[in-house]
Amino acid sequence: MVEEQFVLGNEACALGAIAAGCRFFAGYPITPSTEIAEKMSYLLPKYGGTFIQMEDEIASIGTIIGASWSGLKTMTATSGPGISLMQENIGYGFITETPMVIVNVQRGSPSTAQPTMSAQADMMQVRWGSHGDYEPIALAPSSVQEFFDFTIEAFNLAEKYRLPVTILADEVVGHMREKLIIPDKVNIVTRTRPELTDDYLPFDAPENGTTPMPAFGEGYNIHVTGLTHDKRGYPDTNNPETHHNLIKRLCDKVLANRADICSIKKEFCDDADIIIVSCGSPYRSVGAAIKMAREEGIKVGSLKINTPWPFPEEEIKSIANDVDNIIVPEMNLGQMVHEVERVVAGKANVHLIGKIGGVLHKPEEILEKIKEIHEGEC
Amino acid sequence: MVEEKVSPYRKYLREERLPHLFCPGCGNGTVMNAFFKGLEQSDIDFEDIVMVSGIGCSSRVPGYVKCDSLHTTHGRALTFATGLKLGNPDLDVVVFTGDGDSASIGGNHLINAARRNVDLTVICINNNIYGMTGGQISPTSPRGSFGTTAPYGSRENPFRIAEIVGAAGASYVARWTTAHPMQLAKAIQKGLNSTGFSFIEAVSQCPTYYGRKNKLKTTIDLYNHIKEHTITKRKAEKMDVTELQDKIIVGDFENPRRGALCKALKELTEEVSGGPLATKSAYEELD
Amino acid sequence: MRKEVRIAGFGGQGVLMAGIILGKAASLFDNINAVQTQSYGPEARGGASRTEVVVSDEEIDYPKVSHPDILVAMSHEALIKYMDDLKDEGILIIDPDLVVEEEIVDFVKEHNINLYRAPATNTATEKIGLRIVANIVMIGAIVKVTDIVSVEAAKQAILDSVPKGTEDKNIQAFEAGYALL
Repeated sequence: MVEEQFVLGNEACALGAIAAGCRFFAGYPITPSTEIAEKMSYLLPKYGGTFIQMEDEIASIGTIIGASWSGLKTMTATSGPGISLMQENIGYGFITETPMVIVNVQRGSPSTAQPTMSAQADMMQVRWGSHGDYEPIALAPSSVQEFFDFTIEAFNLAEKYRLPVTILADEVVGHMREKLIIPDKVNIVTRTRPELTDDYLPFDAPENGTTPMPAFGEGYNIHVTGLTHDKRGYPDTNNPETHHNLIKRLCDKVLANRADICSIKKEFCDDADIIIVSCGSPYRSVGAAIKMAREEGIKVGSLKINTPWPFPEEEIKSIANDVDNIIVPEMNLGQMVHEVERVVAGKANVHLIGKIGGVLHKPEEILEKIKEIHEGEC
Repeated sequence: MVEEKVSPYRKYLREERLPHLFCPGCGNGTVMNAFFKGLEQSDIDFEDIVMVSGIGCSSRVPGYVKCDSLHTTHGRALTFATGLKLGNPDLDVVVFTGDGDSASIGGNHLINAARRNVDLTVICINNNIYGMTGGQISPTSPRGSFGTTAPYGSRENPFRIAEIVGAAGASYVARWTTAHPMQLAKAIQKGLNSTGFSFIEAVSQCPTYYGRKNKLKTTIDLYNHIKEHTITKRKAEKMDVTELQDKIIVGDFENPRRGALCKALKELTEEVSGGPLATKSAYEELD
Repeated sequence: MRKEVRIAGFGGQGVLMAGIILGKAASLFDNINAVQTQSYGPEARGGASRTEVVVSDEEIDYPKVSHPDILVAMSHEALIKYMDDLKDEGILIIDPDLVVEEEIVDFVKEHNINLYRAPATNTATEKIGLRIVANIVMIGAIVKVTDIVSVEAAKQAILDSVPKGTEDKNIQAFEAGYALL
């Protein structure tokens, strides 16, 4: 039966995790993500799952990686300082192809900065935060419903591509209450066991792809290491070719599947002279600003990025053919704007509205930029 | 003609990975043998064993054992092991770690895992030095000992890891050395058989770095050094602190029984859900 | 039509719960849209407490309240702190026993504020015999004056939110509040 609830974004995330089949959560309290851990501690035992509060965030992510190899879908949730602490083990998740979901409810940063205020401080950290080359998947919700839906999608992508998937939420969406519709059936990706043959190679994956993941203790006898490894999983650290082939495949399994992974939402773009590219909570201010602009006769459209990583290059490139001006509102001093500029490559003017301090852009602030550009063009 | 002696424990190894990378005279082989011996004498089947390790020479052990093994990040092995064990309590999870891995970078995880009394068997090979990175002092390096980062001799006080783990609440703790392989195997057997957190500290030798830096040039020198400095727990109890300063106290440090984590969490889940613990559910369709 | 509501008071008055009930009433039982937010700042740890609800029959984009149409003040401190944001000709509901009305006379006149006095705390204590339901009394008053949610939806949201066994008292409190104005 379809169920309706009026809940916090953070609670919707926990409900989404349960619906996606998450049965293990390890975390450490940190504002503004704590309600996710609290809700999971309440829900998981009801569903036969396990919740554990660890001694810190490094332990939390280590624990969910271990639990993932035990055969469970796993999640942790944190914010700013916690996500910084997790970076090394996130890299371990990529190189060992461990599915898991990491929720980052972003807050004012750097350091301790603004624990109770919002920001999009970690848009680039999720891309580049762990050392080395890797291609992450991240989803950015802008509503309570999306926080639920994207959490399910994050689990599905984590299983399908065997990697850590991050939900890049922020304090605004984590701490607002809205109606959540929980459907009676959700599509979820289930893990499949590899076939255990005499010449079984646990890391022998096709080009641009991955391979089914075994659970520990079922006789596969595999070795999982953060070192550069061959198809057997054995360390082979001094062989340039082994390293190149492994890391290239791990990146390509995401990049070659952009069409499957990337998600955007375009509105009012058909007749637009200006397009606003947003991601996460600022989308809410964009919607209001576009209405105000159109009331004044200025044709503005919206492109919302649901998956900041991998960056939806084709979609952004194509709007640069349609308009001369792109506005990028961000709750930071400019992070995703660099990606937009890179992809647009001079074909359109890119205007950043970078806002820090902890509060969402007021629609009027975006409208002001729209008018400034509109007047300049006229 | 020299007859080649084959270890009875070779069957547990990934033969295709041999030869191993341990230096001649390293204590890791002795500890591995003690582990297999302890395992065979325990109630645990080799088939149920999975191994976890962090980073360091001792952490390379699981890579040579023919079981599922998770070679993780420096200091964090116990966190991964906690997830594996809680995720599937049917697994017998054995952690190999070292003095740097467990007591320095992983110190917080060590005391918290012991506090939780999570059902793991941890074998800590303590060679008083960082071997993998080339001979830097560790948190167990004796005061006055030399390392590449202590060219004038260490001025710090060392940890006694087993005592810390015992104080933090582990069910079973023991310390033996590579000079006591029989007792070490017995301790590992006890550790495997007991519920809760079992911690076996195996004081070991690193001839390549510790020996070379500390005028104990040969493995025999190191071995004798360990033997000479060893004292049983019973004797140590009658000695004062100054007498014990450079001694390696060996024996069992058993704790009064405390509740173990797996049982407690299993009971919680059963109480709240009225059903069994979900294991391997990632492979199952949801109802 | 988008309506912005801010309810403020001090900790322990159930201000946050009042906001959640209003949001729930609108979104789950009147089937229109609502977003409820609250202050999570250090101020939430001290005396002051604040919640905000946006209610609309259209989709709500910007979720925050900047210039409320309706301000409900359950303490003097909250009233003084948030009064200036209230829209001209906006609705101000105060608990007269907890505020010093003389201090706002000029403001009310100057901005053509529609001022309502709902002695929620006194009603909760005297009529219901439970001081703790002052927030529910206040919801009754808000629903009566503003029409942002229906009486039926408000009652259902209350029943959905309060602890089991306290339903009757809370409905009585709502009705007492509704009758105040």
